Amino acid sequence: MSNDSLGRVETKSFIHKDSFSLKSGKTLQGFEMVYQTYGELNEAKDNAILICHALSGNHHVAGLSEDDKKGWWDDMVGPNKAFDTNKYFIVGCNNLGGCHGSTGPNSINPENNIAFGSSFPMVTVEDWVKSQDLLRTHLGLPYWYAVVGGSLGGMQALQWSIDYPDLVKKIVVIAAAAKLSAQNIAFNEIARQAILADPNYNSEDKLPKTGLGLARMLGHITYLSDDAMRQKFGRDMKKGEVNFSYDVEFEVESYLRYQGESFSNRFDAHTYLLMTKVLDYFDPAESHEGDLAKTLKSVTAKTLLVAFSSDWRFSPERSRELANAFIEAEKDVSFLEIDSPHGHDAFLMPSETYDSAIETFLEKNE
Amino acid sequence: MNKLIGNFIQSNARVLDLGCGDGSLLAFLKKNNQVRGLGLEIDHKKIQECLQKDVSVIDQDIDSGLSNFQDQSFDAVIMSQSIQALRKPEVALEEIIRIGKEAIISIPNFANWRCRLQLIFGGTMPISSALPHDWYSTPNIHLCSLKDFEKLCIDHGADILDRQLLSFDGEEQSFMKVAPNLLTEIALYRVKAKN
Repeated sequence: MSNDSLGRVETKSFIHKDSFSLKSGKTLQGFEMVYQTYGELNEAKDNAILICHALSGNHHVAGLSEDDKKGWWDDMVGPNKAFDTNKYFIVGCNNLGGCHGSTGPNSINPENNIAFGSSFPMVTVEDWVKSQDLLRTHLGLPYWYAVVGGSLGGMQALQWSIDYPDLVKKIVVIAAAAKLSAQNIAFNEIARQAILADPNYNSEDKLPKTGLGLARMLGHITYLSDDAMRQKFGRDMKKGEVNFSYDVEFEVESYLRYQGESFSNRFDAHTYLLMTKVLDYFDPAESHEGDLAKTLKSVTAKTLLVAFSSDWRFSPERSRELANAFIEAEKDVSFLEIDSPHGHDAFLMPSETYDSAIETFLEKNE
Repeated sequence: MNKLIGNFIQSNARVLDLGCGDGSLLAFLKKNNQVRGLGLEIDHKKIQECLQKDVSVIDQDIDSGLSNFQDQSFDAVIMSQSIQALRKPEVALEEIIRIGKEAIISIPNFANWRCRLQLIFGGTMPISSALPHDWYSTPNIHLCSLKDFEKLCIDHGADILDRQLLSFDGEEQSFMKVAPNLLTEIALYRVKAKN
């Protein structure tokens, strides 16, 4: 671990002018994609790493933004960190449908000059990977040395290895799955219903903040482990005793309300709806009658899968299934299950085993 | 020892090393036999060393089963001096010959004369270079002799194709042929499922 920081980082923008067709059959009349880069591209152009973000992430992966906010993976991306910017040229982008600068529900629809809102077309992991490949061309990169991500980000890394086997040498798929379970889709559905049931949903001048906050509260619980919550809050009370009301009484209630509220002030409800659907629809094996091993036959990337013991949203079992499919397809795969009390969120936090596994795996050994 | 195991393995073979440790055997086989290797290991420090050697490794406990591996999906499955540390060696053997077209298994011989002497005259559980642990802290919970292992093979559907009699440092010693079960320190077997 290192305290070195990248300092202030700049957001850049890539504009794709041509129309971009989506898996759903819909088309975007061009798009804008914001991104950041860290470290230097070497002369051979063989040190570029794409870091894909998860549900609520964005292109600001590391360093400090203009308003002094740290990137979501700043603990792991920077000089001498797990993703060492002294060695690698690292790219983070905001995916289509996002709400942090790339074309999404808040963008103006060129067909009618009003914001897309709920009419923004559904996107998929395949669409994202295709758009990220346009960014790769724009940056003049012959290929990615590695594509990396946790959770929904890991699914993009996996999709990259399937769709563009010649354009990615290594993938790191962290706390992810080859497809969502029924339970996982069920959580997403409740999150969506919370937003859709908010009276401000689709209102012209108000935002469905209550619904979005609720969706986030639910999500947040699933990102933590039972143990982590017990340790952090236990049954601690705000005022030390019950007052027989529906006000905030337990610390955990206060925490969740705060998380929900602050999230609803910085995130867009339409984007949230969209992202949960991207997760639900993800199933690369679909193209091979559900046979994941067959789907992976085309993969050439060296693969590292990482899971965390207390993660129940994307449990280690899901990563093992993925590992087994790679093995069945006779691919070069390694899998590591890291002991962690932090649940799904563990993928965001550096630890010795985690950092050094990534560092070692990324090391070139020709 | 690596070289002896290498002699049993075809070039370009797909090899699974159960309990692969720091990955040195697979790294050796990759370099010398151009194998496509995969290791199983649970010690995270050792997994790290595998990654350093560019050896693919899966974090998996053999005792929890190997049902995730397809029938005959590897040309060779290697289990080097660890079958005696498993909870169910007989189940592991059946699995190994199911997964591998061939299996290479080495065992420390508990009926070696030094072990016998320690038990008879010392009256204590034997400690040796191949079995360096005290009885209470040893991971080796299912020790056996050559005879025991060969009976296990017969009882559980494994044909023995080859056997090599070695010293602790993995050197072939021809004098051991005189009385294998008494003189051998480590035995290396090549086995496969009975047809």
